[in-house]
Amino acid sequence: MASSPKLNSKIPEGTLENKWTKYRSTVHLVNPANKRSLEVIVVGSGLAGASAAATLAEMGYKVKVLCFQDSPRRAHSIAAQGGVNAAKNYQNDGDSIYRLFYDTIKGGDYRAREANVHRLAEVSGNIIDQCVAQGVPFAREYGGTLSNRSFGGTQVQRTFYAAGQTGQQLLLGAYSALQRQVGMGAVTLLARHEMMDVVNIDGKCRGIIARDLISGKLERHFGHAVLLCTGGYGNVFYLSTNAMGSNATAVWKAHKKGAFFGNPCYTQIHPTCIPVSGDHQSKLTLMSESLRNDGRIWVPKKAGDTRNPNAIPEEERDYYLERRYPAFGNLVPRDVASRAAKERCDAGFGVGSSKMAVYLDFAANTERYGKIQANKLGLHNPSKDEIIRLGKEVIKEKYGNLFDMYKQITGEDPYELPMRIYPAVHYTMGGLWVDYNLMTTVPGLYALGEANFSDHGANRLGASALMQGLADGYFVIPYTIGDYLSEEIRTKSIPTDNEAFAKAEAEVQERINKLMSIKGTKSVDHFHKRLGKIMWDKCGMARNKEGLTLAITEIQKLKEEFWKDVRVTGEANEFNPELEKAHRVADFIELGELMCKDALDRNESCGGHFREEYQTAEGEALRDDDNFAYVAAWEYKGEGNFELHKEELKFENIKLAQRNYA
Amino acid sequence: MSQNSGFLGSSIGKKIIMGATGLFLIAFLVVHCFINALIFFNDGGLTFNVGADFMAHNWLIRAGELVLFAGLILHIVQAFVLTMANKKARPIGYDKIDGTANSKWYSRSMGLLGTLLLIFLIIHLAHFWVKSRFTGLPGEDANGHENLYAVMQETFKMFWVVALYVLAMVSLSYHLMHGFQSAFQTLGLNHKKYTPLIKKAGMWFSILIPVIFSAMPIAMNMGWIK
Amino acid sequence: MSHGNMNLTLKVWKQKNKNEKGRFETYDAKGISPDMSFLEMFDVINEQLISSGKEPIAFDHDCREGICGMCSMYINGRPHGPKQGITTCQLHMRSFKDGDTIVVEPWRSAAFPVIKDLAVDRSSFDRIMAAGGFVSVNTGNAKDANNILINKDDADGAFNAAACIGCGACVAACKNASAMLFVSAKVSQLALLPQGQVERKSRVLNMVKQMDEEGFGNCTNTGACEAECPKGISLENIARMNREYLGASFT
Repeated sequence: MASSPKLNSKIPEGTLENKWTKYRSTVHLVNPANKRSLEVIVVGSGLAGASAAATLAEMGYKVKVLCFQDSPRRAHSIAAQGGVNAAKNYQNDGDSIYRLFYDTIKGGDYRAREANVHRLAEVSGNIIDQCVAQGVPFAREYGGTLSNRSFGGTQVQRTFYAAGQTGQQLLLGAYSALQRQVGMGAVTLLARHEMMDVVNIDGKCRGIIARDLISGKLERHFGHAVLLCTGGYGNVFYLSTNAMGSNATAVWKAHKKGAFFGNPCYTQIHPTCIPVSGDHQSKLTLMSESLRNDGRIWVPKKAGDTRNPNAIPEEERDYYLERRYPAFGNLVPRDVASRAAKERCDAGFGVGSSKMAVYLDFAANTERYGKIQANKLGLHNPSKDEIIRLGKEVIKEKYGNLFDMYKQITGEDPYELPMRIYPAVHYTMGGLWVDYNLMTTVPGLYALGEANFSDHGANRLGASALMQGLADGYFVIPYTIGDYLSEEIRTKSIPTDNEAFAKAEAEVQERINKLMSIKGTKSVDHFHKRLGKIMWDKCGMARNKEGLTLAITEIQKLKEEFWKDVRVTGEANEFNPELEKAHRVADFIELGELMCKDALDRNESCGGHFREEYQTAEGEALRDDDNFAYVAAWEYKGEGNFELHKEELKFENIKLAQRNYA
Repeated sequence: MSQNSGFLGSSIGKKIIMGATGLFLIAFLVVHCFINALIFFNDGGLTFNVGADFMAHNWLIRAGELVLFAGLILHIVQAFVLTMANKKARPIGYDKIDGTANSKWYSRSMGLLGTLLLIFLIIHLAHFWVKSRFTGLPGEDANGHENLYAVMQETFKMFWVVALYVLAMVSLSYHLMHGFQSAFQTLGLNHKKYTPLIKKAGMWFSILIPVIFSAMPIAMNMGWIK
Repeated sequence: MSHGNMNLTLKVWKQKNKNEKGRFETYDAKGISPDMSFLEMFDVINEQLISSGKEPIAFDHDCREGICGMCSMYINGRPHGPKQGITTCQLHMRSFKDGDTIVVEPWRSAAFPVIKDLAVDRSSFDRIMAAGGFVSVNTGNAKDANNILINKDDADGAFNAAACIGCGACVAACKNASAMLFVSAKVSQLALLPQGQVERKSRVLNMVKQMDEEGFGNCTNTGACEAECPKGISLENIARMNREYLGASFT
């Protein structure tokens, strides 16, 4: 298989270890005087956006940052709980850049680009250094050094964390750096602004059209380059762990203006989330992966068993992960754990009122910790109650905030009853196709962080999303953007009365008018929920040809109905959350269709993409490396038409192998 | 407040002035309370008048008195300025406030309590201080000291005066209950070990001082001391 | 749509925009499930309003898991409602009784002008951060992370202060609409860490100056902010900031 001529990944020559070092030292530079007249627009203010904007401004570029929230500090990176990986080897447990690289490629089921992933591993250590220098309060040992913990899919302790709020602390660090530049006037901050379209002039991206969400006014912004740092598209599924506002509009508009979309079908379903409690449900809440260290997952052996879980004796419980994957037990990777839960629930063994949940039970480890604690305290022959009480104290110290969160949401006390959990959409590995420079197929238009497809293949490992967002923003784009901008130093700021801007704005205005004028009978949420159901049922944890084919027609019908019958209240020239949602959902519908098409086209199972037709006898994902070791990059060809381009994935340093966790 | 010009113009600067003058006034209360408590010797005011006479004529005390008034006025003016600024900080109020859920009523009512104290203070000064310093006292006691004690006896014969004083002391108690520990907090004197002690001391202080002060008019009115 | 069996009356602040006067409007919330979050109840009401052709209630929200700090409702006289240690989005309807009347207002502060209904503009917080809430270290200048050793007490203290989500409940709760808890949390975090020492004095001076310019009120130590803070930010931070400010002003 050869890569499509339209896809030049621009991977530097040389050995894997030297590619980035050599590239960094030879990439074109922009001198300080020229930087001052080069303008960069950054859309999104999460880890990738805030870190990129701050760094580019420090370097001297003129930067504009947009975010739809009221403050850049609220971007959804803030919700990441567990941690950030880095190959520091502080624990002296044999970690290295190569190991992090290897784990990430393998964890991604061999569907990521080697050169990008190796670069990610190389800069991972710098991220920690940078964050600490900013004052990010990582967890520390009594000696004052940084603390680490382990995460799924690895055998070393390389995850740096700040209690269960790592994403928050990292984002606040990047936000601080960003606000510093705002204070100095190097960054113009446009909060409560949403990007509505990109503007291309002579084949290059030259700016965006944005909507001021308070006044409703459309604005034109010129930039020599535009960086999309707008996160993932998990909200296509309606219910996900994403924030309510997380959306795909920026990447989708970019896609329609020429940026290819990479691997849209790769979605990560996180195994431990609080299950849906009713049709009022607006979002799903994640319970950190770290809980699987001490929680055992089980369902009753008898289908439809409605007894109180504590009343079900040990021998009537099916610890299915321990049964199926004795080597990794409850700590198998996310995709495997999620599918196993679905399998049990589909077979009728689910628990709770919806029957779409499994138990995550801390009783055994509570007792174990209780005994250890009793020994520590020198208690001889402690009573069972005493042991449980001591054990609960240990559990509380480790997971107290998560237990509280669970209780708040469900009304059940997880210290007394096992948690009920079910998988939920969490992350999208797919995104805009980018080359080694993080540039999309539109010159001057970049995608960073979750918005691009680049580093996680078909499945992301825990604590790697934060790493990638910050790597892209702090350490990759500041260098690679020079490759493009060094050629742009003669390009003067293009006045925004240019006809390309006028045309793009007119198109956006037309779409707004259309949405406002339909005055149909159904709310935006109504359509969003229906899209979510189609996607979850047919393009979720398990997919098959028949379902996907059906989903595509259903989505096309839904799209038609949306544009005929949606009701957007209020007016266009005011703060109007309904109109914002309408734009986003219209784009989700189109993206959903592409996701299904990509899933249908990929006749193999890999990572988060599980095609029921392609599984081993044991029900594990069955890859087809001969035919599918490529990145699927889709080109928009007008209304519902997409053309597939393939970028061949060459594995020169890692031998492809079947993932085995049994 | 829209302008912050230097320390004294800043919100924290103003609050530090409030805290510092507050602590200064608290210190004054101790002295005042100590000297007044001399009436409990129950010797017809002889001991008390020694103290009162000294306070009225020692030049150092008189100078200190000026500082005290300056502190008091600063405390009041600053409170007024802060209250105005605070009003401006929330031009539209809430329809429903559940204040008891998150704070003590007296913490939220320092302005009101302070105003009550100010009214009391004016009456109080008219009763004693003006007489002692300006209009003169009715003669001397057996030891030849100015007889402020007699004025007290005279004043506290009136039931309404006693009632007013006791009520004022209730206000003082609550004002101190918040003010004592708040002053330390504002001055940044905060410590894991000592802050609980300060709070406890503040509470006892806020109860004891007003109780002692209240005991005087009550005791005189009831004729427990002569 | 079937939900549950709670029926409630809502008195909600409606205001078209910053310039127009607002008023309360009463809504009936029928068939509310105790398992719903407070914001999901608003979703239900809004859905009903839309289907009857009326304009829904605008409110800020995003992550709906208590960490982004966007949701901001003043419920029955308290920011984030009757429970402690949670944000509005984490409040569930089981905290209310069938037949309750619930009054919902926006954060009230001159520095947080209402944008529409329950949504307010908190960009004043961003400007305070831009005035000094950072360590001036450009990307690429950092030394190895473990070269900076920090004792666990200071690290924990800094972390506890850094837990602030910038929601503004402290301002909303304060009788004076003071932002001291928010500002002091950032000042404290960086004052406790060795990384923050170089700019220690200028930071507190600049942040307080900006805070004052934004029109927040003055701290009177009632403790309401601490009691209502969904992340339990301590009043100790305010004392620390006062100390820092005093020190920076006179040395």
